[in-house]
Amino acid sequence: MTLHLSIMLWLPVAFAVLALVAPPRFAGRLALLGAALVLGYAVTYLVDFDSGSGVLQYVTDETWIAELGISYKLGLDGLNLLLVALTAILFFSCILWASLRQWDRPRLFYFHFLVAETAVLGALLAQDLALFVVFFDLMLVPFFFLTGMWGGARRVQATMKLVIYTLVGSLLMLTAAVATGVLAAAGPPELSFAFSDLAERPLAESSQNWIFLFFAAAFLVKMPAFPLHGWMPDGYRAMPLPVLAVFSGVLSKVAAYGFLRVCLPLFPDASDHFQTLLLLIAVASILYGSAMAFTTTEARLILGYSSVAQLGFITLGVFALNAQGAQGALLQSFNHGLVVAPALFIVALLAARASGSEDIRDMGGLGMRAPILATMFLIVAFATLALPGSANFAAEFYILLGVFTDHMVIAIVASTGVILAAIYALRLFITTMHNRTGARVESRELSLRDGLVLVPLVLAIIAIALYPQFALERSESTVAPPPTAAAELLPGGTPFAPLEETP
Amino acid sequence: MIATAETIEAPHVDWAGLSPLIAVFLGAIVVLLLGLSRSRSARETAVPLLSIATLAIAIGLSVGRWGERTDLIAGALRLDELTLILTILFCVAGIATVLLSWRHVAPRELAHGEYYALLLSSIAGMIVLVAAQNLVAVFVGLELLSIPLYVLCAAEMRRASSLESGLKYLVIGSVGSATVLYGLAFIYGATGSTDFGRIAEVLAGGDVASDVLLLTGVALTIAGMAFKASVAPFHQWTPDVYEGAPTPITAFMAVATKAAAFGVVLRLFDVALIDAALDWGPALAVLAAITIVVGNVGALGQSSLKRLLAYSSVAQAGYMLAGVVVATRLGLQATIFYIAVYLVMNLAAFAVIVARERETPLGDDISSLNGIGATRPALAWSMTISMLALAGFPATAGFIGKFYLIEAAVAGAYTWLAVFIVVGSMISLAYYLKVIAAIWMQPAEDDGTVVATEPVPLADGGETPLLAGGAEEATSARGQGELVGVAVVFAALTVILGIVPSPLLDVVRDAGAALGLL
Repeated sequence: MTLHLSIMLWLPVAFAVLALVAPPRFAGRLALLGAALVLGYAVTYLVDFDSGSGVLQYVTDETWIAELGISYKLGLDGLNLLLVALTAILFFSCILWASLRQWDRPRLFYFHFLVAETAVLGALLAQDLALFVVFFDLMLVPFFFLTGMWGGARRVQATMKLVIYTLVGSLLMLTAAVATGVLAAAGPPELSFAFSDLAERPLAESSQNWIFLFFAAAFLVKMPAFPLHGWMPDGYRAMPLPVLAVFSGVLSKVAAYGFLRVCLPLFPDASDHFQTLLLLIAVASILYGSAMAFTTTEARLILGYSSVAQLGFITLGVFALNAQGAQGALLQSFNHGLVVAPALFIVALLAARASGSEDIRDMGGLGMRAPILATMFLIVAFATLALPGSANFAAEFYILLGVFTDHMVIAIVASTGVILAAIYALRLFITTMHNRTGARVESRELSLRDGLVLVPLVLAIIAIALYPQFALERSESTVAPPPTAAAELLPGGTPFAPLEETP
Repeated sequence: MIATAETIEAPHVDWAGLSPLIAVFLGAIVVLLLGLSRSRSARETAVPLLSIATLAIAIGLSVGRWGERTDLIAGALRLDELTLILTILFCVAGIATVLLSWRHVAPRELAHGEYYALLLSSIAGMIVLVAAQNLVAVFVGLELLSIPLYVLCAAEMRRASSLESGLKYLVIGSVGSATVLYGLAFIYGATGSTDFGRIAEVLAGGDVASDVLLLTGVALTIAGMAFKASVAPFHQWTPDVYEGAPTPITAFMAVATKAAAFGVVLRLFDVALIDAALDWGPALAVLAAITIVVGNVGALGQSSLKRLLAYSSVAQAGYMLAGVVVATRLGLQATIFYIAVYLVMNLAAFAVIVARERETPLGDDISSLNGIGATRPALAWSMTISMLALAGFPATAGFIGKFYLIEAAVAGAYTWLAVFIVVGSMISLAYYLKVIAAIWMQPAEDDGTVVATEPVPLADGGETPLLAGGAEEATSARGQGELVGVAVVFAALTVILGIVPSPLLDVVRDAGAALGLL
């Protein structure tokens, strides 16, 4: 097995084409094979990765379009390693889930699904700003088709809303990215969009500010964060479930990752300038998301709004602008992806047992004859609410610690989000699994087919809860230089103490 | 006697340099004569084949001249990479148009020979226009390009909307030509020369740049060219004319006429008037911004694909104008690149429209595409790729084109115009995605669309709405391989250029270098 990142990146597309031309009944199996190979690669990278070095590894650097200064540069470091692993895990689980079910026009379905995997991996692996933008925008295309063709009620309207909303941000980002490259090159050096080159050519603060805002708009819409989440309810309702699981689990993390990869190192002055604004948006997302999550009764939307809140935490960690915050944010991104996907699968299983309704008022008493399912759900719920001992707890602890040093009030307000999470997660669990059995509810145990998808994911949650250092030590050496390097440029920025052992 | 004979000696003509132009003219004459033949197969098969051969020869001759930079006919025309690349583009568009017209009703009504001869003459006019480096040659080229198109728009003589389209285009086009001519006269008056090089020298030399005469001339020329390139607020004719004209001619006008108009704008503004850039730059920038907004907003409510693409072409003209505005070599290259890409993207879309016009009685309504994702995958994918590219999604040529334009705008200190480009793209998503949604996410309509393999039954009675190339022309799907071919080839090119744009970028860089800008 050669450890060439391009192979992992383009494997899904290769299998997508195979799935498109193969006989329909093999499409699912081919897709699964492709996703499994990617997962294999990702696991190999996790093991083989040198945690101590703190530099880019497995770098591929080719000129793509010389005239435009765009290079095809890929690399892995502590920032994206975990997210690449998460992407591989979730796409595999979701394709497994999908391939155990029947789909209309299966070849096209798996084609778009695998193209989506390549696009997400590309956005995570790209070490060139233009390449990042290419993949970031490309991510949307397969989801447009997946939602519009296989979605639920009002799918076409929902998918248009989703694409237009999120692409508004992405297109602004395109301008901002081009401007970053062009303005940075105003001098002898050749035009280049590689992150490493751009980091050496800081922009004037006035340009940094508007460019930062354009990038922030793209990332905040994608997350979604509080005032920009308008597409979320419709989009969540319309997406077919395996698609929603990857969308919610992975795509939102790419946005958070974008902040860490692009905004903080390239626009340090602007990141400092707008720190308070972003922290306030994060706190607003936490409070709004939590409040909506314990008032709505649609199970999917509870998870949707809880994602808004969780991503608020991640944003909070990113804009703590220190190593603890960044590490917490990365760990939380990984955890949230790992938790939200099984949670969505469980919602689908519950809906199947409640005559198809996803309203939690129709779901009472589902745990009666399904102890294994209930246990799974309980573990997922505990992870969501960041019970001490879960990896989410460690992550949120890090995030709040990072924010506490400089912005105590914000940290205190944000920490109420932890309590609110307990409320909505337990409400979801209790109203569905306990309570009086609903009129149209038929309680039955997890089938083998569903267990095949759920059990490994839940085991992964437990594993990362028991041993969060596995994730932390891989991100540590990278996180310490870039965000701190950014912070060192700040006026009055304090150097950070070396990270202590995990609490 | 001998002395006078020497003084009126004809200018030296570089026949080799003129060869592409000559080939197209000769082809037009031969095609016209062959069209008089009494044999039906000669008219219906040999004529289009000969037209394609003519254009292919012209492409070959242009490629052979690559790298030459000379003046032709006493400096009236200029042979350089800009002329050559645009010539090649016109010929490619011409070949595609011939293929789209192959079984169309329009050539039959114009007795084949005339139709294709007019098409070739129009292409010859375009070549003259983009090669012109003399105000008089500009006007000759402009008229030679326009007059055949007036006739071609009205080619379907039995369809009122086609005649209306031809008449409208004639009236508006004449106003545009007259405005250009008036403007050119003013420029001549201000600078004392019709030659581009001489005009540039005069402008560089003195304080003519703020001369009222010159400014009036430039303003009128901009307005006239804006008519031709359908730049807002001179674009109102575009949707009506595009909708009424025979669809292959619409495709030709959308891509080739626009390329020609931008070709001459590039040479006129970036060579002759480059030293007055401070005068026309901001004016063009405002026009570009207005065009982007007007085009994109106008397209939103359209249900006719041809009208939709008409408004989209207005918006795209605004994007291209952004490259002219900055008056740098980067801008020039970005504009040429976008012209090429725009041609490729649009031809794929128009091929699909022509195909669906024949297969369904719905004409060019968006609903004619409903559900073709399942029934006609080749057409569906082509249209999807074309729409994604026009909207500027990555992995298509449209993305690279926009990237290049934005880069040029930002580097030329017109960042606000770059923001307009992306704001326009955002608005455009709403209508491009609507087309894609119709293809993949709507069920095929029972009352109109027919299954691909059956011939279309004519709508009962004479009530059929007279849509361009509508139900009367309905043929079976099997009988239009050439349309599917055009659609697939150009869609594939769209993707290839989106992933490997470097060859085209190299060509464009040569063309940019030819004009000698910084």
